[in-house]
Amino acid sequence: MTSLPATVPIFEMAGVAFSALRPPRSVIGEDICWTVQPGEYWAIAGLHGSGKSDFLLMTAGLMAPVRGTYRFLGEEMPIFDEARLAHRLRLGLVFDGGQPFNRLTVRENIALPLRYHENLDTAEADARLDAMIEHLGLSEWANTPTGGLGRNVQKKVGLARALILRPEVLLLDNPLGGLDFRHSDWWLRTLDQLSKGEEVLPGKPMTLIVTTADIRPWKGRAGHFALLANRRFSALGDWSGVEGATPEMMKELLPREPGGVDASALI
Amino acid sequence: MQSGDASASDPPRATYWPRPPLPRSWTNRLGLNLLRFLETVHGLGAFALITLGVVISKFRLARQVIWPAVTREISRSGSRLLPMFLYVAVVLGLLVIGQSVSWLTRVGAINYLGGIMVIVVVRELGPLVAGLLVLARVGTANVIELGTARALGEVEALEALGIDPIHYLVVPRVIGMALGVFSLTVYLILGALISGYLWAFIQDVPLQPGEYFRQLANSLGGMDFVLLALKTLAFGFIIAIVTCYHGLAQPLRLEEVSQATVRAVAQSVIACVLIDALFIILYLAS
Repeated sequence: MTSLPATVPIFEMAGVAFSALRPPRSVIGEDICWTVQPGEYWAIAGLHGSGKSDFLLMTAGLMAPVRGTYRFLGEEMPIFDEARLAHRLRLGLVFDGGQPFNRLTVRENIALPLRYHENLDTAEADARLDAMIEHLGLSEWANTPTGGLGRNVQKKVGLARALILRPEVLLLDNPLGGLDFRHSDWWLRTLDQLSKGEEVLPGKPMTLIVTTADIRPWKGRAGHFALLANRRFSALGDWSGVEGATPEMMKELLPREPGGVDASALI
Repeated sequence: MQSGDASASDPPRATYWPRPPLPRSWTNRLGLNLLRFLETVHGLGAFALITLGVVISKFRLARQVIWPAVTREISRSGSRLLPMFLYVAVVLGLLVIGQSVSWLTRVGAINYLGGIMVIVVVRELGPLVAGLLVLARVGTANVIELGTARALGEVEALEALGIDPIHYLVVPRVIGMALGVFSLTVYLILGALISGYLWAFIQDVPLQPGEYFRQLANSLGGMDFVLLALKTLAFGFIIAIVTCYHGLAQPLRLEEVSQATVRAVAQSVIACVLIDALFIILYLAS
């Protein structure tokens, strides 16, 4: 894969509106103007039902925007034709639950995109697979079907499967959702490493976009924040932008916790 | 980094498609069902054409992944079903040939046996029974597997990885099922014809094996082999297309998978009977 010219933005959206995947045709976000430069690390906050996952699916090119123009590394999205597929594969997507193929083992899940796109047999794919499986701590479950594994392992399989094609941009849908403190910490550290180009994919700093229902864990890690609420996308800048958000935005960013504790006091 | 806020204008309400009006009379109901039928035919036709297009355009793509999958599907729709098919062949031989031989002997029409067997077993019952058994054993599993995968978001995961779901999930099933129905039909016909004679032999029917097989050979023409191959391949193809379409081609929730399976089975049976009727015309014309 070629390296990016510094002047070409990763994402450029102008007046974009997007719909829900299910049920289709209902517009859930519009008038989005957003630009992401190479190497940036974004955290997009929004409550459940705000359309974060659908926004990420649209950004990943799985569905077309309803209106507006959207370019990924200078190319119009979405890309469905085979001839430009290599361009789209410079972008990886990790689903909320990892979305592994339940009938395949962990190893087969991770190997599938590699073997499909590079036409490799099982033995030829093994070297790259073993390194990825070891880096992400999946060796213990390598030959286990993913259907019966825990949420944390399934999410890791989703991450490994996206990384095996060595994308330049990684979109992650709610990576900390449903995880305990220990696993959340592992994900935050791993994403830091990916952002800096260390450990998992050394020498390859990655552009990261994560969506989250709780923005606090990303303080000091992500460099850019945005809010998706009431069908609007608001880029807030760095953490000071989060602290300076309007009270209405604060309610979405830092919702009051059950029992009446104001979560904004915890930041 | 350059970024901007969303528009400050008041956003319009979400747009929803209007629900179709409820049928208020039998004409409305008939019209609604006719529209649904046409929509299904349109969807199945488009899905079949897309699948054929993918088979041709991606024939050489990802062979290390696709061809092992084709082999698995041939095994699943073919060789693994062989014991059940041999059992059905024996039963079919008893039901059709054993009884026919016995009755034809009583009325002195045993010379017509070959022609009757070719029409009943080779042209009609063999392919149809094979198709319906493969539908029951593998077609239903197709809808459930693909429908569950669809409901769990695995299809979106494939698309995110740049893997064409038609190429990875449908093409192996279509090739496997077409070849599976063809092969199993051949075994079913051979098994039924042989076991049928054995049942007749047990009943002391005065028909020598040489005479029995000579009658069969005389009744079979070259067109029978060609049309048998085409018919069974068409059965396998259409069963795979209908079952994959219902599992894959539309968004499903887990609780909708059972309904999709029922629809797929009913439509596969109707499609196979229609193809069968088409081939009757070809047989009569040949």
